[in-house]
Amino acid sequence: MKSFEYVITDPVGIHARPAGVLVKEVKSFAGSTVTIAKGDKSVNALKLMALMQMGIKQGDTVTVTVEGGDEAAVCTALENFFKANL
Amino acid sequence: MISIQGKGVSTGIAAGPLYFYRRADSTVQRRTVEDRDAEWARFKAAQEKAIAQLGELAEKARAEAGDEAAMLFETHQMMVEDMDYEEAIEAGIKESGLNAEAAVSDAGEMQAAAFSAMDDAYFSARAADVKDISTRLVGILCGAVQGGIDSDVPVILASDDLAPSETVQLDKSKILGFVTSGGSGSSHTAILAHTMGIPAIIGVGEKLKAEYEGREVIIDGATGTIALDPDDATRAQMMAKRAELLKRLALLNELKGKPNETKDGQRIRVYCNIGSPSDVHTVLANDGGGIGLFRSEFLYLECDDYPTEDYQFEAYKRVLSDMGDKEVVIRTLDIGADKQIDYFNLPKEENPAMGNRALRICLSRPEIFKTQLRALYRASAYGHLCIMFPMVTSVWEVREAKKMCEIVKKELTAEGIPYAEDVQVGIMIETPAAAVISDRLAKEVDFFSCGTNDLTQYTLACDRQNNDLGRFFNAHHPAVIRLLKLVCDNAHKNGIWVGICGELGADLELTETFLSIGIDELSVSPRSVLPLRQKIRETNVRAVREDRLAALASDVTPM
Repeated sequence: MKSFEYVITDPVGIHARPAGVLVKEVKSFAGSTVTIAKGDKSVNALKLMALMQMGIKQGDTVTVTVEGGDEAAVCTALENFFKANL
Repeated sequence: MISIQGKGVSTGIAAGPLYFYRRADSTVQRRTVEDRDAEWARFKAAQEKAIAQLGELAEKARAEAGDEAAMLFETHQMMVEDMDYEEAIEAGIKESGLNAEAAVSDAGEMQAAAFSAMDDAYFSARAADVKDISTRLVGILCGAVQGGIDSDVPVILASDDLAPSETVQLDKSKILGFVTSGGSGSSHTAILAHTMGIPAIIGVGEKLKAEYEGREVIIDGATGTIALDPDDATRAQMMAKRAELLKRLALLNELKGKPNETKDGQRIRVYCNIGSPSDVHTVLANDGGGIGLFRSEFLYLECDDYPTEDYQFEAYKRVLSDMGDKEVVIRTLDIGADKQIDYFNLPKEENPAMGNRALRICLSRPEIFKTQLRALYRASAYGHLCIMFPMVTSVWEVREAKKMCEIVKKELTAEGIPYAEDVQVGIMIETPAAAVISDRLAKEVDFFSCGTNDLTQYTLACDRQNNDLGRFFNAHHPAVIRLLKLVCDNAHKNGIWVGICGELGADLELTETFLSIGIDELSVSPRSVLPLRQKIRETNVRAVREDRLAALASDVTPM
């Protein structure tokens, strides 16, 4: 299991557009389960609506956890994704 | 006539019959099914079809409104396949034995309720997206044809709140504008109406009655006013406003992107005067070539205490980065005279126009000046900055101001903070003194910009706020124009550029004169850019120069 923390900088937070792109991205990592957590709530990153319903806003710290598959590579790819889109 | 007020979210004026959007009957019939697997398969087929339809909509939106609009439908595609949503539908069918329509409807309601309950306006508005995909799935399951507008004439479309797929599927040639009873500023109706360039008014509420169907309305998307069965006076007034808007739009489209060049090939730069960073979009919409005067006073006027360096930096940075590589002339603080700020505690003056104002305050209170210059130089790394000092009368003032610039640059270098090396430093020519000694001043700076409002009042000794001066005040007085010519000649002799940023710059009766004396730049309100461009493009300077210059030696007649 590998994880990283990220502080959201997008002014609208994890809104529909990046959430959609994120789900797509996560889908491509077939062997890994990706979880996104804020505080004590967490959600499977494949679940678009549940992810949006977390109401993650600018300034929120999220923890992204990767389990299974090439954990290190997926973690790096996702970290880059967050930096570029969120 | 009935006047109804809503919230205008997309500008424009449209007139036509009010038409209520005919939504396919989405009342869901509930029943239990025998063959649950067959019902599940029926859902999977509908889901596949919905994904295909959304794909087509995405392509259509991409062609009409770009990638951003297409992404919306691509997100809907993913929502249709959402795991929780699908699991809820599966449970409805396989465990409760519900028909697919009812299962979809229930799952949609549940997700929509979860979004609606969110505090954030953006997220709670997403309930509409969930409802939209559910309606689509139910429509496919019931075999309903996607709705359009069943009308032969173009209409003002009324509805509760149009779903994104509904707005995109509409036959655009039939729609003059939107009126919705619900909706928010971030609703899709608002966004798409804006992209399509047609007026939209939302949030009308219960005042939008079904009985108004087919009656004439005129809507103004700028004010949010709806005139139902307009009387003749209202119709005439709104249609005149509409004609003016359309004329401007036509002018804009025709002249956008064209150079400010006279018939005989002389070019002049047309920039804009602005008072706040939020004005930048109007500058770009009107095709302004740059910003010739950004009045920094607003920063001081909107604060209750001296604005900090960081606060100013953010505002300047925003304007500079929004303007890209275009020139932005920011004028340092110009208060005093008619602009007073409490926290400056300036003593009351008998004659503030000639008192302690603008650069005079900056030089006597260097801490205020230095804060602003630091913010400006820091922001210079993000665009093409020119700094301009107002209210100059002597060479020493300019030298002292420039010295402060050098101190600031040295400090920033020492602190390792980046700034642009090519920041131009210029001055306003708005006192007769500055105009007369412009040969000396030109050796100190990179550009001049003539503030004709003050230059005129000081030269003619006419208070511009005094309406009783009548025929003694003449904005076209040859004394002022001669000073402008003198300033222009002195600037060019010293290889620097000269502009006009006062109201006179947009005065089309003087455009030929300004071109004749060789002004390099005119900075005007954004709305004046295109009319001015039109005038420039109609002018043949060679043909009029002699007459225009001869007029400088004529006597004025009282106006």
